Amino acid sequence: MASTGIGVRAYIVTAAVLLVLTGLTIGLAFAPLGPWNTVVALGIAATKGLLIALVFMHLRSGTATTRLTAAAGLFWLAILLAGTLDDVMTRGWLPVPGK
Amino acid sequence: MAARARSVPAEQYDDLEQQHRASTFGMWVFLVTEIMLFGGMFTAYASYRFLYPEGFAEGSRHMDLVIGGVNTGVLIVSSLTVALAIHAAQTGHRRALLGFLGATIVLGLLFMNLKAVEYWHHWQDSLVPGLRFSFEGPLAHQVQLFFLFYFIMTGIHAVHLTIGVSVVAILLILAWRGHFTPESHAPIEVTGLYWHFVDIVWIFLLPLLYLNGLG
Repeated sequence: MASTGIGVRAYIVTAAVLLVLTGLTIGLAFAPLGPWNTVVALGIAATKGLLIALVFMHLRSGTATTRLTAAAGLFWLAILLAGTLDDVMTRGWLPVPGK
Repeated sequence: MAARARSVPAEQYDDLEQQHRASTFGMWVFLVTEIMLFGGMFTAYASYRFLYPEGFAEGSRHMDLVIGGVNTGVLIVSSLTVALAIHAAQTGHRRALLGFLGATIVLGLLFMNLKAVEYWHHWQDSLVPGLRFSFEGPLAHQVQLFFLFYFIMTGIHAVHLTIGVSVVAILLILAWRGHFTPESHAPIEVTGLYWHFVDIVWIFLLPLLYLNGLG
């Protein structure tokens, strides 16, 4: 069986950091940052997700195959998001003739 | 009881190591399809939030931030207990394995109970589209759309958590019967991957559904 090389202490520290980041994102949600509220909140969420993937899901010590699979999932998600939102968010940019 | 433990690989594998890698890879491929399932909902949410920012912000302000925050903590601690359960399986500590699997089930059920309380509050506030919805003002339709996304996204997340709790309960029974050894415990590891993925989905649902429009 492949060893993950991750000890109990690393798991507990990771969970503690995740809890602190949760408190931080809730606190920062009340700061008047305008559009940056969403950026900060999603940035913290992405950081938490990455921590869980690397430590709890063992991607840090994972095989190249599992790492590539995870990366492929994110790549396809990026295509889905970009290919949809580039349409939705740019429709108002140009006038539509006859409308 | 130890006779029930699988110390030999299934016949299509050379050894347990290869079997273990195949299990992990298979679960990751499944999780990629799950990324696309939830990704579709996140993409639709982003599109409509871009079109109706006021209504989505107003809807978020009707969320119970205390339950949402506590539930996030509950899921994070449950991910910790899952990680510790896997560690206990790797190191052959059967009592710790049983304890951490049991704790994971308790935390999963706690999350779903708090979620049910929250749904009940939405019902009392008449914020359930299609069944009981009334909202005064010009944003009524946008807020209704927000709550539609809220119930579908948190509902499908809750279905995933229900499946997770059920699978962990099966693992608990198998562990009780001495099914797992430090050499062979792939079912616990791949269930852990699934559990952590469901945790990550919630970590993105928290800011999108609860923390919008507060600043």
